[in-house]
Amino acid sequence: MKKLALSLLVLASFTGSAFAQLKLTITSGVTDPIPIAVVPFARAVPADGGVDVAAIVQRDLESSGRFKGMARTDMITTPTTATDVEAAAWKQMRNDYVVVGRVTAVAGGQLAVEADLVNVLNGQVLPLNRKWTVIPANLRNAAHRVADAVYERIIGQRGAFATRIAYVSVDGQPPKQRYQLIVADADGENAHVILERDRPLMSPAWSPDGKLLAYVSFESKSSAVYVQDVASTQRSRVSARAGINGAPTWSPDGKKLALTLGGSGGNLDIYLLDLATQQLNRLTDDPGIDTEASFSPDGAFIYFTSDRSGSPQVYRIAVATRERPKRVTFTGSYNARPRVSPDGKQLAVLTLDGGAYRIGLQDLTSGALAVLSKGQQDESPSFAPNGAMVILAGRERGRGVLQTVSIDGQTSARLNADAGEVREPVWGPFLP
Amino acid sequence: MKHFLSTAVVLASLAMLAGCPSKPPPAPPPAAENTGSTSGVADANANVDETDAAGPSGELLSKRIIYFDFDKAEIRADSQSVVAAHAAYLAKNPSQKVRLEGHADERGSREYNIGLGERRGQAVRRALLLQGVAELQLSTVSYGEERPAAAGSDEQAYALNRRVEIVYLK
Repeated sequence: MKKLALSLLVLASFTGSAFAQLKLTITSGVTDPIPIAVVPFARAVPADGGVDVAAIVQRDLESSGRFKGMARTDMITTPTTATDVEAAAWKQMRNDYVVVGRVTAVAGGQLAVEADLVNVLNGQVLPLNRKWTVIPANLRNAAHRVADAVYERIIGQRGAFATRIAYVSVDGQPPKQRYQLIVADADGENAHVILERDRPLMSPAWSPDGKLLAYVSFESKSSAVYVQDVASTQRSRVSARAGINGAPTWSPDGKKLALTLGGSGGNLDIYLLDLATQQLNRLTDDPGIDTEASFSPDGAFIYFTSDRSGSPQVYRIAVATRERPKRVTFTGSYNARPRVSPDGKQLAVLTLDGGAYRIGLQDLTSGALAVLSKGQQDESPSFAPNGAMVILAGRERGRGVLQTVSIDGQTSARLNADAGEVREPVWGPFLP
Repeated sequence: MKHFLSTAVVLASLAMLAGCPSKPPPAPPPAAENTGSTSGVADANANVDETDAAGPSGELLSKRIIYFDFDKAEIRADSQSVVAAHAAYLAKNPSQKVRLEGHADERGSREYNIGLGERRGQAVRRALLLQGVAELQLSTVSYGEERPAAAGSDEQAYALNRRVEIVYLK
């Protein structure tokens, strides 16, 4: 990167500042979840800091809606290795699978986490073939990776528990509100405020490597797009042009940002900004509002919201040719804020469904749109990197809350904040 | 809200915008790059709006908020006299600058609402320009639904939030 010609700013630490902590509650699951017993792991006392790895694994699996964990109080034995699992006995207690494991202290003050998965219906041990070695502070992450491995071994799809989300939290009454940009684990735990302002923060977007967040801040009394390193909190301002600077989204190679710019004339169109060269290229040119770009996974197309036909609808444009945009959504009078699924086959949109703003999923092949959420004012859909779930923002009793919904609509969980309101969740990519 | 839009209002709005295309012509790509140093934390967190001024007083001039109908960016008949008063004042005081802050209600997507707020700010800007205010006196910013004037998810709050605020600058 051409140093971005920008001064990198180390933000003051926000340690000690109050912020909304999320709490996950599963609100509905599949009708026949897979019964699984996650037995308390052998602990490394005191190095593990009291982290209950098995509880984290169980909660992750249950949050997918695909599993029902056995209550610990019903467990008669607590084996920690596969050889000690008496398959018949666990099957007798109506389990299909048992997860056992061990946390051990290893050299350098690190912790090693190992786990075994046993199919107690046939007595087979399903090897997870992994050992996770982490510093004690990352033990929760290791637990999420155990859950990922178990989920993948049983469901056949990569788990997305060891991923992160970012969201905006807002406190106070208008017009005196405080805005925070928060990064947390996908289960809402381990939340960190990475930016705090008394003017609006909006539209966070993860870089493809999960290290950077682009977002819009109004801190200088007009909108500007920033890119911030999540770990170091260093940031740079990448667009503060006249008029609107909004709706940043990353190209899949992480080299460009698609942005909405308005100029002094206020005509919103979509542009591509090369982050290394600062070169700006116009992508759309229409007197209507063009905004909310989202790349297809191969980077060849951009889906975006435009009201060129009168009401907001989703259009698609080829990045290379900039050919005439093709309208994609036709169901109903309002379809906006598209996000393409990781496999490129579906589009999550904000759709007006009989007077309620809900999240819809449109099949990009058939064009059929199914309404996924049930709220009155849902918004901001974002796919989990494995495509199994969508995280979205809704309103409950007048307060912004976050929810996850499986793409079949069967499973949902709520992420409630203990204070303020939370909005604009974005699910980060898989992490190495 | 459509039923509130009488023919008179539509005509008045059209008269106001006469000579202006209903949609602005495509603007050239924003050229002014301003990607210099980031403002410091202290600046950014400053609560006091140092550049905002009290502005002129008077029955009409003390009214600084123009309200809009749902999904509309036309200045309503009941706001025309307020806009006209500010236009006359600004035309007479060409060194005075104002910032037009556009807002939307909370329904719909956030970035699209930034566009709606901007459209409202631009409608007031065009009306002021048509009435003799110079371009250099005017700037616009859209907060979309991000800075509501009123909390709540009902029509009363929505109506208060769909607005353009005329902010006099020092």
